Formats: sequence, C-alpha cells, structure tokens
Amino acid sequence: MRYAETGYNLEIDLSTGNIERVETDPELTELYLGGLGTNAKLLWDRVPPEVEPFSPDNLLIFAAGLLCGTPAPGANRTIVSTISPQTRYMAFSMMGGFLAPEIKYAGYDKVIFRGKSPKLVYAWINNDKVELRDASHLQGKGAVETAELIAQELGDPNVQVAAIGLAGENRVFMASIEHARSSASRLGIGAVMGDKGLKAIAVRGTKDINIAKPEEFLEFCHEVLQYIPERDSNPVPGVMPILAGLGSPKEMLIHDEKWHTENFMWGNARTRIKDYWTKDVEENWKETQESVRTRLISCYNCPMKCGAIISVPGISTYMMKCFSKLTYTMAAYSDLEFGFKIAQRATEYGVDGFSTPQVMAFALELLEAGILTEEDFPGMPSDNEGRFYWLLDRIVRREGIGDVLADGVYWAARKIGNGAEEYDHNTIKKHEQLPLKLSMLNPIYFLMWATGEKINITQIEGNFPQAPFPTREEREEFVRDWPHVPHEKFKDYFVNWELRGENAFPYYPPVDATCDIVDWQETMHYIDDALGMCAGLSSFPLKPPYHIHNLPILISAATGMELDKDELWEIAKRNRTLVRAINVRLGLRREDDRPPDNHWKKRFPELEAQLLDAYYELKGFNKDGIPTKESLHDLNMAYISEDLEKRGILKDEQREEES
Amino acid sequence: MSNEKKKVKTIKIDLDKCNGCRACEMICSAYHATPRYSSNNPARSRIRMIRKPLQDVYLPVYAGEYTAAECMGRDKYLIDGKEYDECAFCRASCPSRDAFKEPDSGLPLKCDMCEDEDEPLCVKWCINDALVYEEREEDMEEEVVQEEIETGLKALADKYGLDNLVDTIARMSKKE
Repeated sequence: MRYAETGYNLEIDLSTGNIERVETDPELTELYLGGLGTNAKLLWDRVPPEVEPFSPDNLLIFAAGLLCGTPAPGANRTIVSTISPQTRYMAFSMMGGFLAPEIKYAGYDKVIFRGKSPKLVYAWINNDKVELRDASHLQGKGAVETAELIAQELGDPNVQVAAIGLAGENRVFMASIEHARSSASRLGIGAVMGDKGLKAIAVRGTKDINIAKPEEFLEFCHEVLQYIPERDSNPVPGVMPILAGLGSPKEMLIHDEKWHTENFMWGNARTRIKDYWTKDVEENWKETQESVRTRLISCYNCPMKCGAIISVPGISTYMMKCFSKLTYTMAAYSDLEFGFKIAQRATEYGVDGFSTPQVMAFALELLEAGILTEEDFPGMPSDNEGRFYWLLDRIVRREGIGDVLADGVYWAARKIGNGAEEYDHNTIKKHEQLPLKLSMLNPIYFLMWATGEKINITQIEGNFPQAPFPTREEREEFVRDWPHVPHEKFKDYFVNWELRGENAFPYYPPVDATCDIVDWQETMHYIDDALGMCAGLSSFPLKPPYHIHNLPILISAATGMELDKDELWEIAKRNRTLVRAINVRLGLRREDDRPPDNHWKKRFPELEAQLLDAYYELKGFNKDGIPTKESLHDLNMAYISEDLEKRGILKDEQREEES
Repeated sequence: MSNEKKKVKTIKIDLDKCNGCRACEMICSAYHATPRYSSNNPARSRIRMIRKPLQDVYLPVYAGEYTAAECMGRDKYLIDGKEYDECAFCRASCPSRDAFKEPDSGLPLKCDMCEDEDEPLCVKWCINDALVYEEREEDMEEEVVQEEIETGLKALADKYGLDNLVDTIARMSKKE
C-alpha cells in the first residue's frame, strides 16, 4: 500500500483521446517527494528543449502535492507545470483551493495532459471513470461561469473545477487557470491549456488516502492547528500588518494598505506616492472593502481566511485573495472600488492579476510617449478607468494592439520597437514583476530576484525578516523564541543586522551569510511545493507552524519513509537543481540571473558578482549558473550531467582544463 | 414522577463563522476509519458541507437516521435572500441523495457524536468556532408517555367500545 500518495498518475492524450492510469515508481517519491519535484522530473524526461511551448509534445501537469488530501492543515496546493510560452522556461504556477485533495481522493497524484484536442473539451474525472467531454458550449465563457455550468451539467455540487477563460482560449501569455478562490496565474500556463483545447478539468473523488503512522500524524496535525491561533494572536511587532501574522498576506481581512500604497510603485512600476495613505483614503477604502466582501473564506482543510467572496453590486460574484486587490488600482492610479470591479472581469477572462495591469499601464505610457499613437487604440474611451477596461477586452481577444500586448511587456516592447524597450523596465527573465523600485541594494533580495526561477519573489522570500528591527533589544527579543532556524548562526545574522552603519546594506549581511539566508528561504519553498503545503503556513510567514525541524517528522509519519532534516534539505536541493537544469537546457545562463537595472538606485556590480558566485558555489552550479557534474552526481542526477554534456552545455571539466 | 436525567448532546452551528474549509468532513472520516486515523475520505464523513460559495451558502449538516423512503415533497428554504437546496437541513440518509452513505457499499452513515471523545472531533477541528459543542440535561418524563397511551386508548374505546378494545388487545398479546 502507498501512504499519503495514491501511487498513480492519470495520463490523458488530448490528440488521440487515450486515457491511462499509470502506476508510479515509489523511488521517485524518495528522491523528489512529489508535486513540483516529480513534475520537474517528468518535464526533464519527456519534454526536450526542442519542444515549443505550443507544441502537442509539451506537457501540462496538474499535480497534487505529496501531503494533499492528508489531514495536514494547509496541504491543498495544486502545482501546475509546463513550459512557459512567455519565458520559454519551466513554468510552475501553483494554486490553493480544493482541487488537489479532490484529485487525490479520485485516486491520482497527478493528471498529465499531452497532445492537442481537435475541438474544445473538458476532462471529467470521476474516480476511475474519466472522459473528455465536448466543451463547445463553454467557448468564450468566463472561468468562474464555466465552473458553475460544469457543476450544474454534471449534477454534482461537490465536483471541483479548474477552468480557463477567454484569455486562455486565445493563448494570451498572461492567461491563468482559475479555480474556486484560487488561480494558477503566472507564466502563461492558461495559454498552454487553451492551446491544448482544454477548457477545464472537473474532478470528483470518493476514495481513501492512507497514513502510515496514524496516531503520530494526527497528533502532530492537531498541534499545528492549535499553534495557528496562538501565533496569529501574537503578531510579530515591528513588521507591517499583512506580514505580522500567518497566512498568505491577509489582504481580504486587513484594510490597512499604507505599506503597499506608499512603497510599491503606481502605473507601469513608475511612481511612488509617499503620502498616499491619508485618513480619507483609509476610511474610503475600508468602506469599499467591507461593502463588497461577503465572507472570508479558506482553502481545503485550513483554518485561515486568506480569501473572500466579493460581490460588487451590479456585477457577478467572484472570489479573490491576496494582492490582486491592489494591482489594477495602482496600475491605473485609481481607487479600491475600481480594483474590485475590474478584477471581476479579469477573473472571468482568466488573466494574471500581477502582469496584466502592468502590461496595460505600459501600453498607456507608450501612447503618452508617442511611441504608440491614437491610431493604435481605435475607439478607446478617454477616461482613465475606461481605458483599462478597453485594453483588457482587446488583450484577451488578441484584437489589434491587444494582440501585441497579449504576449506581455517583454515581447510587446520588442515587437513595437521604436524605443519601447526602454519602457520594459520591470521584467525578469521576460516576466513582469512586483512594482518595486528601491534605493539601496539589498543583497538578500538581490540574490532572490536574480536567481529565482519561479519568477515571483513571494515564492522565494519568507522565513527571515525582510529588514532589521531598529534596536538590538528588539532583535534579541525576536530570536529568543525562534526554533525555526536551521542553524543557530541565523540568529546571529539577525541580531547583528543594523539599519545604518557598517552592519547595514549593502555589505551586511556578508556574502556567505546572505547566501545562507537565501538558501534557507528558498529551500523551505521547494519543500512546500513538493508537499503541496501552503506557503502561508510554512515558507512565507515569520515563525510558521511548519518548519525544517518538524516537517521531516510529519512526512515520515504520513508516508512511512525515514527522513531527517538533512535528507529533506537534500531533496529540496535536488528539486531546485533539477528545475535549474531544465531551464539551463532551455538556454538559461548567468546573464539571465539579474533584477531590472533600476530595481535599486544604488548598485554595486562587484558585490553583486561576488554574491552570484557564492550562491552558485553553494548550490553546486558553475560560474555560468549551470549545475556541475559533481553536484549532479552527488544528488543522484548523473542522467542530467550526461545529457548536458552530450548537448555541449556542460563541458568535460578535465578536458577543458587541459585545453 | 421519576427523577432520571438524560444527557442531550448538541452542536451549535454558526453559519456566519464558517470559512468553508471542510476540516470537519476530513477529521470525521479520519476518526471513523479503522484503525482510527489510518485513512481519510470526506465522502465517508458523517458531516457534510453544503457549499455554494457564489451564493454565500455554507451549511454543515450532520447525518441522522436512515430512512427507507423519500419524502413526498421536496422543500427549499429561502433565508435572507439565500436559497438553500431542497433537503438542505435534513439529516436523513435517504434514497433521494448521495450524502451520508458509504461510497463503496451505499450503507447509511450516522453521526455518533464521537462517543469516546470529550467532544466531537469536527468541533475540535473547527477552530473558527462555527461548530460549538454543548451538553445539557433533560428530565426523563416517563409519566408523560403513560398519559399519552391512556389518551390514545380512551379515544379508541370511545370509537369501538371498551369490550372490543379489550378483546383486540388480548388477541394481539396472544399472537406475540
């Protein structure tokens, strides 16, 4: 018997309609755990770099993490992996909600799609009964609407649906996959789903998930459950409200947006408005939020309330979480009411709430600069908010200028030319980033922005405070109760960290300490992504219930695998290296590991080079950011070094030295 | 009159506090697995969430008695403008719906309030307090039952005559 996992993947060939239930090798679980780890292994094995993102040979994998469907609170993430049409690297967007546990209860760890359907279909997975059903009547329908229609059509209110909207059908590079209160938004995975002719997947499962050591596992889970309210009622002093407690930032609960509105940039990541958060704004925004928010809601088996049901009078209800509340508002220099309204349409269209507003603000900047002209925007209304709606409608339909913009800022800038590239000032690896422009280089964030391959800072940062607390006493107080650190040295790193003087940015933390801090944070995320654990209870907040010392115990109790802290750390390193190897094979090199030039005003090229060198060395990469033969061997991935050598990407080091 | 008391176990359900996470379903099915907690499967749960997020309908319902026949009519409730499904508040395991039946065998499920525990596990796992356990004592009112029987028999005696009634009861007790 397999524990925690089902031991089966569902393979669906959309070209031929062939459907198979395939038993998986338990050794893969020992090496890569599951979720992101085993997704990456599948992509490495089955999608060579010659395969175009919109080729039938590209895979689209919906994976339930290893612990999804077990009683572990917060283990509910679906990890969707494919090759991104936008970055042309591996895409692994993730979402919470209810889909992953339902996939497990239906008897599968992953649903793997390949091929392309000749007509629009949706997959109906009902335990062992799996079919591809005609979706022509759903063509052009909104993502939320589609989920409702499918549940009605199947006559089962317990079915879980993930769907694309118009954007995915039209292969818009910012297209998301929407499900319940969640969405897998980044890197254009919705476009790949649309390209495959797959409108939605609908899942219903009524099978058991087994636990190897039941009593031990349940006791641990209950401790986690008890810790959550205790930790939440003791917010960390000195950090902004959304980061003081647990959870994915509780944007739906908290109305205090001073930090975001005054520190993040408005427009096309352009303007900082330092005194934005006045009393009037605060009252107005609070009223808006409370008037549209019907209920605070969670994902499967999680006591948090990070999401909300949003009902704006006059438009249909939708669900929201996190920062998309502000992205449209700030890109358009508008207010919160506009943000909630346009997000409804954007959710139905199924687009990434991070990238899309920036693309639209970018287009309007080009118009203002005369690089694009009024002729490029025929019929666009003159009012600011109307222009955003107009642009959104064009982009998801790929109409006129919308067709160019639908590829995202990076590609659109190059297509438009005529100096448009200058306005592409907030992308990393061809993907739009959070609108942040800061002053003094932060070495920790430099490394995370530069080297992160999830292309999203929130998926790398987390357990280490973002900034030092003003006094040593406060820092000592913070580390006093900090069992989460993998090593005592992290406490020293923090206690000695000052806002000003020698122990401040950019030369503090020192290079090695910086690498350690990045490594810890990144490792925790890679563990969560394999387990399907929500970062909001683990790798994202300060002092979370799950950490490097208790996760091995949890995994062992769930699966029966013997696992200690060091072994878990090594699995995370293996997964991280595997993702890097996939991207290296797709062309990623050192020169791609860089934040936008203007991310910080004060840059230190020499220090930045040292940081990259040291990080690569710690990770077992060579100076060009390529995993070395030696480290690949150490991580039981000699098959990768053989492939990279065959392709001439990894040179035989000995021969190299001789020549 | 007897002084015997009986314990009444109650779960107070506050729909406004529910965040829709379904931990109640998960832990119920895990608790009732054999061996305990060795597996979980919300489809086996004795509490089910009726969820319609877009209509803001979040309703946990507990499994009650099995019934062989479905009702003659199906009702819908409208509360504060929200429509609750027909049978939404009903606890029966009944032929009209899938809820409260073992997914494999179709055998009916019934909430046992987790008899061995201090409080039902669904309550323990609902840290948002949408589910709160309460116990109260009620008098056992046996006399009332006696009175009811007498009232019923009197009505029958009036209708058929006392002799007829006595004969019938005598015949019935012989058969048993």
